[in-house]
Amino acid sequence: MGQQVYQHTFANGLVLLAERMDHVRSAAFNFLVPAGCAFDPAGHGGAASVLAGLITRGAGARGSRELSLALDNLGVDSDESVGAVNMRFWGSTLARNVPAALDIYADILLRPHLPEEELEPVVALAIQDIQSLEDAPQSKVMVELRKRYYPPPMNKDRRGTVAELEALTIGAVRAVHASRFRPNGTILSVAGNVEWEPLKEQVGRLFGDWKPGATDDATPQPHVPQSAHIHKDTSQTQIALAYPSVTITDPDFYHARAAVSVLSGGMSSRLFTEVREKRGLCYSVYATHESLKTQGSVLAYAGTRAERAQETLDVTLNELRRLKDGISDDELDRVKAGLKSSLIMQEESTSARAGAIATDWYYLNRVRSFDEIQAIIDGLTPAKILAHLERHPVKNVTLVTLGPKPLEVKE
Amino acid sequence: MPFHSHTLPNGLQLIGETSPAARSVAVGFFVRTGSRDETPAESGVSHFLEHMMFKGTERRSAEDVNLDFDRIGANYNAYTSEENTVYYAALLPEYLSQGVDILADILRPSLRADDFDMEKKVILEEIEMYEDQPGSVAWDRARRLYYANHPLGNSVLGTKESVGALTPEQMRGYFTRRYAANNIVVSVAGNFDWPRFVELIAAKCAHWNTDTVGRSQRTEWRGEPALHVLTREKVQQEYAMMMCGGPPAHSRLRYAADALALAVGDDGGSRLYWALVDPGHADSADCSYVENDGNGAVYVSLSGEPEATEDNIARAQQVLAEVQAGGITAEELHQAKSKILSRVVRGSERPMGRMQAIAAAWTYTGEYRDVDTELANFEAVTLADVRAYLDAYPIDKQTVVAFGKLKEVCGVTGTPV
Repeated sequence: MGQQVYQHTFANGLVLLAERMDHVRSAAFNFLVPAGCAFDPAGHGGAASVLAGLITRGAGARGSRELSLALDNLGVDSDESVGAVNMRFWGSTLARNVPAALDIYADILLRPHLPEEELEPVVALAIQDIQSLEDAPQSKVMVELRKRYYPPPMNKDRRGTVAELEALTIGAVRAVHASRFRPNGTILSVAGNVEWEPLKEQVGRLFGDWKPGATDDATPQPHVPQSAHIHKDTSQTQIALAYPSVTITDPDFYHARAAVSVLSGGMSSRLFTEVREKRGLCYSVYATHESLKTQGSVLAYAGTRAERAQETLDVTLNELRRLKDGISDDELDRVKAGLKSSLIMQEESTSARAGAIATDWYYLNRVRSFDEIQAIIDGLTPAKILAHLERHPVKNVTLVTLGPKPLEVKE
Repeated sequence: MPFHSHTLPNGLQLIGETSPAARSVAVGFFVRTGSRDETPAESGVSHFLEHMMFKGTERRSAEDVNLDFDRIGANYNAYTSEENTVYYAALLPEYLSQGVDILADILRPSLRADDFDMEKKVILEEIEMYEDQPGSVAWDRARRLYYANHPLGNSVLGTKESVGALTPEQMRGYFTRRYAANNIVVSVAGNFDWPRFVELIAAKCAHWNTDTVGRSQRTEWRGEPALHVLTREKVQQEYAMMMCGGPPAHSRLRYAADALALAVGDDGGSRLYWALVDPGHADSADCSYVENDGNGAVYVSLSGEPEATEDNIARAQQVLAEVQAGGITAEELHQAKSKILSRVVRGSERPMGRMQAIAAAWTYTGEYRDVDTELANFEAVTLADVRAYLDAYPIDKQTVVAFGKLKEVCGVTGTPV
């Protein structure tokens, strides 16, 4: 079956992507706006998050409740999230309701009321979001790792601090909207049972007059990653670590991705087998590849009782380091089977495809076809992955732990 | 969508829905067993056994199980609830026979003692992990208080003590009793051929034992309206859980209960959202209808700053009292139906979603419901149905449990936990 992917760049720079999936009745849409928390002005941490909370509280001709009701009547499930670089607006509903939903999103993005009287409740929720992290140690340790591992401004936490949130003014939040919301750099992707020409015409009508703005990117500053232990009276010690890898745009990317899959793909992968299955050290252990435009990384996590935490870290690090010593054909075949299967099953999900085509465009300025990705997967060999690991060995590991006792990285 | 069903002579039931446009096929073995079917001495055994099912058979070591699933790129896992234990895999269609071979094989596990000891460590880590997540611990404790001696209040995980004391012999006894063929439904959905599937299952499962299986206390339960306070000082937020009775899974009133729960406490645009979350009083305020075998419940869940807890409980109780007295509006019912329509359609697009949905309907009611039938059932809900549901299952008679650092809530002194 042929993929049906469409793309158009409007005169103001807005990129529209669509993938037609005619076997479903629904569609998902996804806006990436270059207004992530990396751009939060100094002293205004949390500004992008507060903007994301405020932006749906009235827009265009609708007040806060009317807007919520209008989306509910269309059966739209939606979510706003703030990443380092992009703010994401996701929505999903029946395909026939997508045009009406996009009308509403044009109001939300271009004509939000950002009412002053709603600032206090949104800030109150943002402060509770910080507090709730204390009750979620698995999430907290990853947040603390990213703060210390990534260079400024990519290491900013979207939550900001309580003091910053309490000092935030409506003017500062409106300024973020005025300066960061612009068509150039924004990507709208739609996947599902949609028609391309009417969609393109509608998006042109809704967003064609949106004025382009400055195009500064988030530029990483010089930085030395810092390891740390954060004391907390918990049952388990949370272990999180990171070290440098390649970006998605690098020719070596799929070698890096496959290497991580050998470590942490299915349940037969090395970390699960060695740390959990053979030693019973933990319930959860994984490694994952994470890419910004400016740097790629491998992140790993394990959570275990304090008295077994050092052994868990030692075994985990040993598996990461000894990967360069050899990968069997059978291991790589399993990795290929897993990658192929997720690639094909992704085609059953409108949300997954809307996300994937937007991500491709953001990093690569194009959408990769299944055939292209399949050919790359087929071309993987143990020797090529090992050569990648020679070029990018496990070194300069940043370790962040959360729990009763600190751990050490043994060389 | 074409639906098929078949029962093997040993009582194993097979159901399937074919969808030739799908890219994958999903298969699940639904075992009608969970924590409600455990004796106190077996607490946690259903979930521990679920882990042990991946530890090997006569033909496969634990490592072989994982290797064989990964060789076919299967997306596989299992979960345990109070009343169901489910083993499932999403597969590319060309790997269906291999996938069925592994799933059917692991459903007859060896339960070797050394694997048992190793996996017990993993379970104890899992219990510790949830101990550090107050939202999870809170619900385990709250359900016990609400259900009192009813087995639906049994913890799925069990405790460190109960799991620590479990023996392989106890687990084997439980397995023989609960994993008989006539207590299992095999569900399949997506791109597959039904006659071929029946052959595959019959070849692997026809020899499974039949036993007297059943379940005690398939009775409706309503907890006592009361306030319980559980104090754990190191918790940051305060959690408040409110529970009352609802229609059982086989009742037609379940559709009205589902729609009402959405209007009262969906995570956006609901009564609780506008009363508690939109003004910033609470971090979250949700309401959901929970269907069980022979029983049902409505759970309301709040979280937020400890100082705001008493006010937030009062606000939520006021919302529930208003809905109990005056019901919801036609507009609210319409919005709830719009959300359900959209969610049912989207949830059904993947074979995994359909495989689970048809199995749930079949297990609870013995009926097959295709997507359009399910949508029509929701569409048919009237305000009179909502009234009838509220009259039968009042939502303002709540058992309330507060969990967090507060030592006293509304005059009730906390019990340290």
